[in-house]
This record gives sequence, C-alpha cells and structure tokens, in this order.
Amino acid sequence: MSTPLLRATNLVKEFPVLGTGGLLRRPDTFRAVDDVSFEISAGDTLALVGESGSGKSTTARLAARLLDVTSGTVELDGEDVTRLGRADLRRFRSEVQVVFQDPYSSLNPRHTVERIVTAPLLYQQRSIPGGARAFTRALMERVGLDPDHSEKYPAQFSGGQAQRIGIARALAVGPRVVVCDEAVSALDVSVQAQVINLLRELQREEGLTYLFIAHDLAVVRQIATRVAVMTQGRIVEEGERDAVFDAPQHEYTRKLLDAVPRIRPEWERERRRNAALAAGATA
Amino acid sequence: MTLLQVRDLTVTFPTPRGPLDAVRSLDLDLEPGGALGIVGESGSGKSMTSLAIMGLQPRAAQRTGSVRLHDQELVGLSEAELRRVRGDRIAMVFQDPLSSLNPYYTVGLQIEEAYRAHRPGTTRRVARRVAVEALERVHIRDAARRVDHYPHQFSGGMRQRVMIAMALSTEPELLIADEPTTALDVTVQAQILDLLQEIRRETGTGLVLITHDLAVVSEVTDHIVVMKDGVCVERGPVEQIFTDPRHAYTQALLDAVPRIDDEIGELRAVTPGAAGDVGQRNEQNGGAA
Repeated sequence: MSTPLLRATNLVKEFPVLGTGGLLRRPDTFRAVDDVSFEISAGDTLALVGESGSGKSTTARLAARLLDVTSGTVELDGEDVTRLGRADLRRFRSEVQVVFQDPYSSLNPRHTVERIVTAPLLYQQRSIPGGARAFTRALMERVGLDPDHSEKYPAQFSGGQAQRIGIARALAVGPRVVVCDEAVSALDVSVQAQVINLLRELQREEGLTYLFIAHDLAVVRQIATRVAVMTQGRIVEEGERDAVFDAPQHEYTRKLLDAVPRIRPEWERERRRNAALAAGATA
Repeated sequence: MTLLQVRDLTVTFPTPRGPLDAVRSLDLDLEPGGALGIVGESGSGKSMTSLAIMGLQPRAAQRTGSVRLHDQELVGLSEAELRRVRGDRIAMVFQDPLSSLNPYYTVGLQIEEAYRAHRPGTTRRVARRVAVEALERVHIRDAARRVDHYPHQFSGGMRQRVMIAMALSTEPELLIADEPTTALDVTVQAQILDLLQEIRRETGTGLVLITHDLAVVSEVTDHIVVMKDGVCVERGPVEQIFTDPRHAYTQALLDAVPRIDDEIGELRAVTPGAAGDVGQRNEQNGGAA
C-alpha cells in the first residue's frame, strides 16, 4: 500500500490542570488525547466522531499543527512534521488547512472577502496568481459565491455563505488536506446540505483529502469514507464507513448509533413512494 | 377540551424599513397530554412563538391575536396576572440550562424558591420535600444529597434534568420546551427525550416542543406545525407530515435532512430563497409592507 497522505502515530496531548502544581511541584495533567493513531489516504475522508470531551477536536488540532503534541508523530506524505520550525511550518500550512465551526467568529469582521481569502497567501509570502481581484473572483465561483461580492464583509453574508468564505480561504493556498472541525454543525439543515454537497464536489473534482470532525453521525454518513469513533481521548473503533455504521463492533459505537434520533424508515419509504407518485401524476 | 388554543397570533417588530412580522396569523391547538412539535430553521419564528405564548416577547414587539389556556385568555392579562400563569400552569425549558440557573445558589434552593413563589405560604420544609421529589422524578440519583449541590456540580444533561424538575415542580398543565436537547450530546439527548415522553404519559402534561431537528419531532410529538418566515406553511399529524408532506418547503426540508441509515445520493438542497435567512426575509417583508 502506498504511503498515506496524513498519518498520526500514538498522539498524546496533556493539558495542565489549573490550580495544581507549585514552585517545586509539577501541575497535574489531564490527558485529552491518549495514544491516537490514524491514517488518511489521498482523496479519502476520515471522520473523527465522538461526544463533547472525547478529544476529537484536540486530535484535529494536533494533526493540523495548531497545537503541539505531548508525544507522538504527525507525518504528511511520509515527512515527519511534528516539530517543524517556523519556515517549514509555513510550507506545511500551504498543504494542510482548517475550516472551523462558526464562520462569523473565524472570519475577521472588518476585512472584505478579498482580504480574507488572500491573507493566507500574503502570510506565506506568496504572490497572488493573476492578482488579488481575479484570484478572489475565481475562488468565490469555485465555492458557489457570487464573485461580484468580493468587496463585502462577512456580516453581509448568511451563515451558509459565510461558511463558503471559510472554505474559500482554506482553498486559497491550494492545500491537499482540509481539516473540517464541525464545519457544518452550526448551519441550518437546508444550508448544511448545500455545504456538504460543496465539500463532496470539491473532493471529487480536485482530489482533496478531508479530516472531518463531527458529532452528528448522520452528517458523517453523508461525507466520510472511513470513520473513527472517539471517547475519552481514545479511538475505540475505526473502519470503512458502512462497516462502522452497519456492523459496529465496539459497545460504545453501538450506544452512540442507538441514541441518534431517526425518522421511521417505513415513513421514509412511504414518503418516497408518495413523492414518486406525485411526480408521475404531474409528468 | 383544548388545553392550548392559539388563534391568529401575530408578533410585529418595528424596523426602519417598516413593521416586520416575526410571527404572522399563527393558529395552534394542543389537547391535554398531547405533544405538538413546532419545527423550522433559524428565523422561522418558532422561538418567538414560544415566547409570545407566555407573553415574554421583547418589549419592542407588538403581540395580537388570542392565546387561551383551557378557558383563560392570556392576551390582555396584566403582568402580575401573567406571572401567576407562568411557571405555574405553563412552564418552560430552554436550550441552555447553565444560563438559566443561578450559579450562586444550590439547585434545591432554586427549585424551592420557584415553587414558593407560586405557592405562597408554603413552608421551607414542604418546599424542600417538593424539590427532592422533583429531582427524583427526573431520575437524578441520590436526590436528597444532590439537592444541596450547585449548578456547576452537574453535567450538561443533569442540569437540563434540574431545569425540567424545576419546571415540573408546580405540576404545570403545559410544558414548553425550546430546543431542550440541542446543546446536549446525542446519548444524553436520548435520555432527556425519553424523560419528556415519560412525564407526558404519567402526568398528562401537554408538551410544545420547539426544534430545528426533524428526527427529534418525529420521535416525540404527535402533531407538527412547520414554520417558515413567521408563517405556518404546513400542519398535521406527525405521520402525515412525514409520509405525505404537501408543501414544497416541507418536502425540501425532509429531503435535506442527512440520514444516518443511508447515504442519499446527492443531498437536495432547499431552493435558494426558501432557506429563510433573515436578510432575505426583511427584503421580502419590506417589499410587502
């Protein structure tokens, strides 16, 4: 098998517990991520799922090098990137980008779309191909935004549109891996469907690789190729999407899947039948 | 005998571009022991509806129409009269239990105070017993000890149980729950939804459940109102809405819900403009006003 594009091996992240420790005493630590390993092949989507406090977001931040590991390694395309210096980290950031949950708080409200999406390139001291305006317009079209709005501010967009700006910013540097940290969780269901479609389309057309962090298992089913289930800082089950959903092996996975509210399948079937009948009647 | 009958409920805000109806001409009916689901996306007016039923709409808003609890008309009551109804005959549970509880007082004291406010003359000893029983009813283990704990000593799910316990302590006829499980983990959500069902079965308390989550209403409620842009676009028994939705918006919404049991080819997005974002709504409304 070829080298996975992104590989995490035995990741551990410990945080000091506030109020412990002293002059001669090390503070107690809380282990948020406890020996987590995973691999993602190019063009795949690995979903890390779990409940709050499971360590899934911390794991994502370690993999994206937004946090330093306590121990373990992160490799991108076979290269150990765990302890990159400033210059090398910049290169890493042009390969791995992050889309966050709340588009409004992760986009600078005082900057125009053009300034927001070109910022990562300026930060990396790269020239903007074709000039800022043309580059922004092309990027906005790619994520389904009206390119004439490149001079608008985040607050002038709806939640779904703002998240598209967040995706555009991530794509600006031409990354190979995009880490989506609850990227569709704050969106209304209709808008969420559009953004999921966009992410799938981008993957299909540009071969992007996703590390997709989510608590919503129904969303994960729509986008993941592989699924890793986390609880208490550990991955308890990892496998092909359908295998995990249809034949969960670990007790915790089963408990999680059982708890998800569902529309009754027989109602769904009847609705599809009725919709088909209605479509036939009008055709 | 109808428990809750809402007729022609309208909540209007003045805006620089003219009056905006957050809720327009809404009718609701709930039988005793029934569960009514109000579903919609952000900006649909579902939360404003729940506030307006209790007379808790913002000061700037104007509320018209009729809200009847059994045979008592609530629109037009004085603030003092309304306070007697709220928390006594109608109780409410919100999304975020932490911001609804006072961090400086034990949960027991907060339940006791809420109870005594509605049952003047109740002794502390009786109120205390009510608080412990209320916690027991929502299955908080070791309630006699937990009653003396502070909100931060409870997990998110346990805090929501405390809120439900407080809401139920006066044995209300109607419980309005506005996104009660949205902030909770899925396993905890399942427990809270089970609890709401159990309470309805055992006490006959009517439930109005407000949520954006179609799967949740499909499991918990027996009648559904679908709201968009402040208006009810479709209503009916739960099975009818989920098997034979008539309104294009309901159909699109059901198509857009991600399904855990199967990957739906291409998620069909709700047509642009039907997504109900506030900007668009203001424009539409401004045009109409």
